[in-house]
Amino acid sequence: MCLAVPMKLVEMNGPLGVVELGGLRREVGLDLLADVRVGDYLIVHAGYAIEKLDEAEALKTLQLFRDLAGEDEPQP
Amino acid sequence: MRYLEEFRGAGEAQAVLGQIRGALRGRRVRIMEVCGGHTMALWRYGLPGLLQESVDLLSGPGCPVCVTPNAYLDRAVALARHPGTIVVTFGDLMRVPGSSSTLLAERARGGDIRPVYSPRDALDVARAHPERTAVFLGIGFETTAPTVAAALISAREAGLANFRMLSALKTMPQALRALAGAGEVRLDGLILPGHVTAVTGAAPFHFLAEEFRIPCVVSGFEPLDLLQSLWMLARQVSEGRAEVEIQYLRAARPQGNPRAREVLDRVFCSTAAQWRGMGAIPGSGLALREEWSGFAAEAIPVEVEAEREHPGCRCGDVIRGAVRPEECSLFAGPCRPESPAGACMVSEEGACAAHYRYRHHS
Ligand code: SF4
Repeated sequence: MCLAVPMKLVEMNGPLGVVELGGLRREVGLDLLADVRVGDYLIVHAGYAIEKLDEAEALKTLQLFRDLAGEDEPQP
Repeated sequence: MRYLEEFRGAGEAQAVLGQIRGALRGRRVRIMEVCGGHTMALWRYGLPGLLQESVDLLSGPGCPVCVTPNAYLDRAVALARHPGTIVVTFGDLMRVPGSSSTLLAERARGGDIRPVYSPRDALDVARAHPERTAVFLGIGFETTAPTVAAALISAREAGLANFRMLSALKTMPQALRALAGAGEVRLDGLILPGHVTAVTGAAPFHFLAEEFRIPCVVSGFEPLDLLQSLWMLARQVSEGRAEVEIQYLRAARPQGNPRAREVLDRVFCSTAAQWRGMGAIPGSGLALREEWSGFAAEAIPVEVEAEREHPGCRCGDVIRGAVRPEECSLFAGPCRPESPAGACMVSEEGACAAHYRYRHHS
């Protein structure tokens, strides 16, 4: 129930948006976020975006894993 | 980039596992994962088995369906039997046994019960049936509560007079205070819920480190997230630190989501709440504010049966981390996902369900 996954915002219409993940599209309430733009990755839970995904932080975390595993190239 | 699969690499997982073992230097630690989403992810990816020698993992009170007491389900059942009422609920609640019935059984008997994905869908149900009252079953923690609040605000703006909400919404910090204060289970560390913290921020959890000296890490939900969180906890333990660190920085900021909290605070105020297995915990629930009390489903006059526990079910003890699912005599015998005796076996995120489903994994 607490599941919430990052989905890309592809359309915005006032307090409602459309997010997409792997071809699946869903309506999302944007009431809980202060400033969002099309192209943002949103953490979507129970039909509402509860946070915006910080891509710079995500990439930092991934880089740490790569360094640990001794890989130079990002995985495909 | 989808920010999902990238956090599931096997090579990276091996590397982090090595780091955890290295940091612990042969020591074995007991860690509680609070959130049901974490329980599910840990078991699904077989991490308890991989970590067996260094980490003893316990599930905590963070599965919303599991901690909802029978009395709430009994009221939902009574509402489903009440003429003129439509019960709208997250699908997870459908099969949870109340004292003598389930919502699924009530639907088979003709009750109008509609599982939905979002509280917003409940508004559509109310709109489509103006002659009846749509009651939304509001369960969940700080992640879900703002979504319910947003739906209530929309209901008021739309002038939906036939929309009601039955609240069993709960807040996590007070439950963790009760758990830590009871001292029933000794913990070397806590994996804190990532999406709760995305809303609340880290500050409400600081007392765990400061007062109780328990190392804490706010974690994401992918296997590499959880492994990194365990590594961060292992380092705190080996260095003798107790802090609240955030592994899941891509979604959970130290300050949380102030806008979501504002929406929540507009509609709800804190109140005492009943938890399965933990009793009444002061300040751990969310009730509608006075100005919103017109939406309270408690005002609908229904007769609710007397609450009864399921004989033999140890869900309450499982929720506190006091016993493991395997220690319940009904586990995997009479109690299975297809014939659950208790809530912890029903919910995807329940400890009993996770242990059952992935028991041959580890
Ligand atoms: S195995 Fe079933 S009966 Fe036992 S505690 Fe879990 S849910 Fe309850």
